[in-house]
Amino acid sequence: MARVVVDVMPKPEILDPQGQAVANALPRLGFSGIGSVRQGKHFELEVDDSVDDATLAKIAETFLANPVVEDWVVRRVES
Amino acid sequence: MTTTELIDTVGHAESTPEQAQPYRELGLKDDEYQRIRDILGRRPTAAELAMYSVMWSEHCSYKSSKVHLRYFGESTTEEMRAKMLAGIGENAGVVDIGDGWAVTFKVESHNHPSYIEPYQGAATGVGGIVRDIMAMGARPVAVLDPLRFGPADAPDTRRVLHGVVAGVGGYGNCLGLPNIGGELVFDPSYAGNPLLNAACIGAMRVEDLHLAHASGTGNKVILFGARTGLDGIGGVSVLASDTFSGDESGSGRKKLPSVQVGDPFTEKVLIECCLELYREGIVVGIQDLGGAGLSCATSELASAGDGGMHVWLDRVPLRATGMSPAEVLSSESQERMMAVVTPANVDAFMRICAKWDVIATEIGEVTDGDRLVITWHDQVVVDVPPRTVAHEGPVYHRPIERPADQDALRANGPESLARPSTPDELRELVLRMVSSPNLASKRWVTEQYDRYVRGNSVLAQPADSGMIRIDERTGRGVAMSTDCNGRFCRLDPYTGAQLALAEAYRNVATTGATPLAVTNCMNFGSPEDPAVMWQFEQAVKGLADGCRELGIPVTGGNVSFYNQTGSTAILPTPVVGVLGVIDDVTRRIPTGIGAEAGDTLLLLGDTHEEFGGSEWAHVVHGHLGGLPPKVDLDRERLLAEVLVAGSRDGMISAAHDLSDGGLAQAVVESCLIGETGARVFLPEGSDPFVQLFSESAGRVLVAVPRSEELRFTEMCTARGLPWARIGVVDPEAGSLEIQDVATFGLDELREAWEGTLPALFD
Amino acid sequence: MSKIGVITFPGTLDDVDAARAVTYAGAEAVSLWHADADLRGVEAVVVPGGFSYGDYLRCGAIARFAPVMTEVVAAAAKGMPVLGICNGFQILCEAGLLPGVLIRNQGLHFVCRDQWLRVENASSAWTSRYEQGAEILVPLKSGEGCYVAEKSTVDELEGEGRVVFRYVGGNPNGSTNDIAGVSSANGRVVGLMPHPEHAIDALTGPSDDGLGLILSVLDSLVAA
Repeated sequence: MARVVVDVMPKPEILDPQGQAVANALPRLGFSGIGSVRQGKHFELEVDDSVDDATLAKIAETFLANPVVEDWVVRRVES
Repeated sequence: MTTTELIDTVGHAESTPEQAQPYRELGLKDDEYQRIRDILGRRPTAAELAMYSVMWSEHCSYKSSKVHLRYFGESTTEEMRAKMLAGIGENAGVVDIGDGWAVTFKVESHNHPSYIEPYQGAATGVGGIVRDIMAMGARPVAVLDPLRFGPADAPDTRRVLHGVVAGVGGYGNCLGLPNIGGELVFDPSYAGNPLLNAACIGAMRVEDLHLAHASGTGNKVILFGARTGLDGIGGVSVLASDTFSGDESGSGRKKLPSVQVGDPFTEKVLIECCLELYREGIVVGIQDLGGAGLSCATSELASAGDGGMHVWLDRVPLRATGMSPAEVLSSESQERMMAVVTPANVDAFMRICAKWDVIATEIGEVTDGDRLVITWHDQVVVDVPPRTVAHEGPVYHRPIERPADQDALRANGPESLARPSTPDELRELVLRMVSSPNLASKRWVTEQYDRYVRGNSVLAQPADSGMIRIDERTGRGVAMSTDCNGRFCRLDPYTGAQLALAEAYRNVATTGATPLAVTNCMNFGSPEDPAVMWQFEQAVKGLADGCRELGIPVTGGNVSFYNQTGSTAILPTPVVGVLGVIDDVTRRIPTGIGAEAGDTLLLLGDTHEEFGGSEWAHVVHGHLGGLPPKVDLDRERLLAEVLVAGSRDGMISAAHDLSDGGLAQAVVESCLIGETGARVFLPEGSDPFVQLFSESAGRVLVAVPRSEELRFTEMCTARGLPWARIGVVDPEAGSLEIQDVATFGLDELREAWEGTLPALFD
Repeated sequence: MSKIGVITFPGTLDDVDAARAVTYAGAEAVSLWHADADLRGVEAVVVPGGFSYGDYLRCGAIARFAPVMTEVVAAAAKGMPVLGICNGFQILCEAGLLPGVLIRNQGLHFVCRDQWLRVENASSAWTSRYEQGAEILVPLKSGEGCYVAEKSTVDELEGEGRVVFRYVGGNPNGSTNDIAGVSSANGRVVGLMPHPEHAIDALTGPSDDGLGLILSVLDSLVAA
């Protein structure tokens, strides 16, 4: 078994209202120096060794992310 | 990034007349491009090309539909216009509903984006129509969403429907607008082309009506709301290659999707901010930014005013770095508005925006010339007569030809289709029809929408029409329904459009409101297909003629072409929205029976054998052919008058319109919504199948208290409206008995009616 | 006339409804602005529903830092009655006035329906007008209404009678023990997911059962 992490983030050019709301709140709470915030999704999958990278990419591309508005990254973190 | 020296200025355009421009990629035809050159006396700059191309697109210019849409205006009489405060050409139509109140309403499509990215497509569809309503000076008070998808059991329908419903709910719920109605229709023709039509109703005091125009030299132009980013500029990104010579952002831009992301929170704040600005009386003109963004807002505001306009485009607050002037002009970033304000009021304007944390920037000024001049870091990138951008786009007389298969389609009637003959078969058919996707309860969808917020929702789905209280003191309110049967329109678009009008009109009257005005959303295939243009022309004529017969005006509308997969167009789908007024919402007529035991059930209107395009032919035989039901608008008008009179005099305790699925469907819904049983007896000697499933128009089922029965039926007789006593409300029974046919337990009916959508989509 | 405050945050939606309910009950509704650290002399506060700050990050997570909330927390400590409805309940949980948290509905969808509730505790500041065990019909409309808390907290709430409202006729969102609303230890602060302010008139809601909450708090103010 391997642990695979998939991070899904809104594409840089796509509006991210959630990250924006957090970024706007920070100065009000007295935290300065934070330029911008973007909020995405973090998935952790327990994966059989037989599952290859291409399959993982397909899972990310076609299901976990909507490539029209989101980018994704797949990482194997431990074996 | 050093881009300024690469900016295509007017001066640069003058000195490089031969420079090739990607106008074809932007959707302009050769002659259209030449016309722009003729208007300007030179080649357009990249920014001008971006503006003209988007404003002259089908979506913005109505170039294929314009010649036909004129018929709406031509067929509207002065008498019909009496209550109309603003009509076609404004952001939305406005009607006077009495007591000093004006109501504005409109339907718009967001079909293609809802297929590409269903959640955001639907969300921004709702957001866009709400800003249209705001731009009239009104507070948005309710939304309705007519939705159409491919077959309910197709895998892609699940994807699209889940996203669209979540998007409509996610945006509308967060915005705080009650969702009070709409439609949900499944048909194979919408499989690759779902329809997301969004309707919004707004209310204001008559004196607060704001029209979009920029007048008064020296007045300031203020952009407020969200920042401008790279949203929805996919098409225009071809221009980026001119200004960005292949660097990272340049090449990246070419892949930009035409997707916009909605932020309902920003829109909610924008609504409250706008309403405070209106209350303070410091807005001269107002315009929403929708499709075509700043291109549209600046050119429309300027061309509707009495002067010119100068815009300092580099002042626009941006979300992305390195945007070119063409991109800033074309961005479709959501949740933005533009206002014209006198210099004396700019400070007050900015103060209110600051209170709501809304970014507001003075980006321009009304000038005494007649040009729209846009500068970018002091260089002129646009210098055009605004009317040529906004209103004098190309107009096409597209070829029109009755479809080759139209006669064959109409000849292939439903007469020979096998019908149920025994009571057992009829019983089975009732259950099958009630549970079919188009007739099943829409609760799975509507339960995801807030119908209560703001506390003025008097009726919402599954009522015949949604009803909203406008004036809490007097109880004055409005009702609205949207309807269309695309199959009827396929068989006969002229009659089909009138049937859609008749149904929406009837639905409004069924709740006790008086129909007042009409809007529409014309969803059709490609205008380049002569058969589609024939359908469109017929539907417009049918709707306009129908409105004249009923005496209510079309106050606005929206056209969506190119709804097709490959060369196959969707069913012609002219969605018709009718708005009605009710002077006291406490006299609304509910849909469900059971308020009083022993009420008499009356069927108003005539039932003929009409199964062409019917739900029965579709569900049982997958058949579409023959003629749609006949439409009799005099009868519809009479029926509406009787319903309103009955409501006024307290003679009707419940009413439900008969449409898809006929009497069987209406009776079952009346029982289930009212959680009350009934006994129904069909006219002696009649064919029970025809009585139960025919879809003849002009019929309503009413429940009348025993004490009022004689008075009500005498009124019908005196006015010449056919009626038949077809049953009684029976709260003790817990069942629906259709005499000599079958008895159904209400639980059994509920399971059939409510089980379908959860089974398909949970 | 008793004055009851209704807070408006950016993104609050049901403030007009809450104010209407206060007026229907015969009290004066006073509008409180999120950015003002001022309760304007009110005797009780309603934190209404909506999507404050878009409910981005977590429901109520940003709103609880608003200046007005500092005042509400201080006033509640001195016994001022506070009612949180839906998003208001979420804000009170984030602000620490009530235990637990509201998470996404088990069915993952937003749910808008007329919901039966049982009044489990008729002695709180906001429920004294009801009979113990009475069943009331009010709208529920939320996407994140599933109440969860540590088991020890839930046991404590149950043991001390601080579960004020419970869903009956089916759990709409997966809430622990069918919990629809809870109270503070002194019974002065109450939060619930369903919307009593939408059930004050059968014309626009499923019943007028919800008015009892406001009438209850008015009783407690007169008695105090």
